[in-house]
Amino acid sequence: MSSRFRASLALLAVATLALAACDREERHSRAKPMGETVPAGTSPDTIWPGGTVPQTLDPRAKLYDNNAPAISQGQSLYSQMNCGGCHSHGGGGMGPALMDDEWRYGGRIDQIATSIAEGRPNGMPSWRSKLTEDQIWQLAAYVRSMSGQPSKDAVNSRADAMSATAPQTLTPRETVQTSDTAEQ
Amino acid sequence: MSIQHYQSIFGNAATEVRQFNTLFVIFLVVCAVMYVAVIAFLIAGIARRRRAAEANTVEEGRHHESDPAMRTGLIAWGAVVGTGLVALAIASFVADRSMANAAAHEKLSITVTGNQWWWDVQYNAADNSKMVRTANELHLPVGVPVRIMLKSNDVIHSFWVPSLAGKQDLIPGRDTDITITPQKVGIYRGQCAEYCGAEHAKMALVVDVDSYPDFIKWWQHQLQTAPKPTTPLALAGYNYVTSRNCSACHAIAGTPASATVGPDLTHLASRRTLAASMPMSEGNLYGWVADPQSIKPGTKMPTIGLEPNELHAVVAYLETLK
Repeated sequence: MSSRFRASLALLAVATLALAACDREERHSRAKPMGETVPAGTSPDTIWPGGTVPQTLDPRAKLYDNNAPAISQGQSLYSQMNCGGCHSHGGGGMGPALMDDEWRYGGRIDQIATSIAEGRPNGMPSWRSKLTEDQIWQLAAYVRSMSGQPSKDAVNSRADAMSATAPQTLTPRETVQTSDTAEQ
Repeated sequence: MSIQHYQSIFGNAATEVRQFNTLFVIFLVVCAVMYVAVIAFLIAGIARRRRAAEANTVEEGRHHESDPAMRTGLIAWGAVVGTGLVALAIASFVADRSMANAAAHEKLSITVTGNQWWWDVQYNAADNSKMVRTANELHLPVGVPVRIMLKSNDVIHSFWVPSLAGKQDLIPGRDTDITITPQKVGIYRGQCAEYCGAEHAKMALVVDVDSYPDFIKWWQHQLQTAPKPTTPLALAGYNYVTSRNCSACHAIAGTPASATVGPDLTHLASRRTLAASMPMSEGNLYGWVADPQSIKPGTKMPTIGLEPNELHAVVAYLETLK
């Protein structure tokens, strides 16, 4: 074998290995496992007194956070469920802004999912009986993308509708902080 | 009612498709004549070249001399080509004008909005109380030019009812339209003709061409609100549908469910199909409500995971929506 042939063979092997790494996240059309819902009233508390150890992240988070199909489904649910009626395109209105760094009830995906499922004081309704757990997590994944949390290869490079805001791939990543640490 | 030419471009069930077929026949005949003539000239040319080669025309220096018969033949051929092309242009122009003319005389306006993967159908009327919203099913009166405005909520779809008219794309952000003048009472099938995602194949449409009195009867029926549930089971279903997940997307006239994300369910059980793909039946309704994601994976309707008693109640209620 000539050295040149060996070199091309090695290159081919590396290219094949690199191809195996092109593993897009799995698209799942329904929640896995099915029927995994948190009974009303016992969902994990997402606010804890300052200084204590935060709860461990819900294991379902890795199915949705940073997941392109989930973010995309969440984006269409965001307009279909009229979230924009209060939160606008993330800039906030009657409801708080979702694209800034401030999170009254926590900015982790499981905390956002809980806020959507349970509702919050001063106007946020509970979506538990209107959306499935799967849809709530998809929405939470999209809400996190509004402040640039997921990686740029997971978010949409264009919005579903005409919009004056920059594409999500250009959204700057905000540092997540809760209200008491954010500057008032 | 006849279901002949259920889905056939030779169904000739509307003025538009008849014009297309006439145009098609004209093109076929003209092009066939041209083709036969070209082949005939080719064969003649080959035979002639053989004879000319035997006569040593080139060596004798006579190759520049034109043959009078050949010259006449070429001029005639040019005239035939010119006439053929002009005939095609005129036929095409006439068909196009006549279709535009029908569009100018619309008697009924319907807005069809494409969604992944179903058709939202709205009958427009100047009087709001006469507007009808349905899904995956069009009812058209025979002999009346109907203008169908086409919109899309997500990606590009294409409206195609082969027995009635040609294709027209539904493009997000742009309004297109197509005019159909049905000429034969019957049931025809349409389909999305532009690949629009995973469930493109399950995006069908039923067009029911009725006599005018039948159409008016249908419209009057569609204007009615949903009946109140009478049995305890249907009442439980009503309560679930109007207060839980279903009402987040679906509307049922006369109930608190009034969302516009999904298909209108007011007269669901009176439609011929379910979920733009299956025949309407109790079994299919059970299957669809229980687990839409295994029937049409990727559809926007989520698998909710209803408890068996909830499933029975919801289906019992949906079946009352005649």
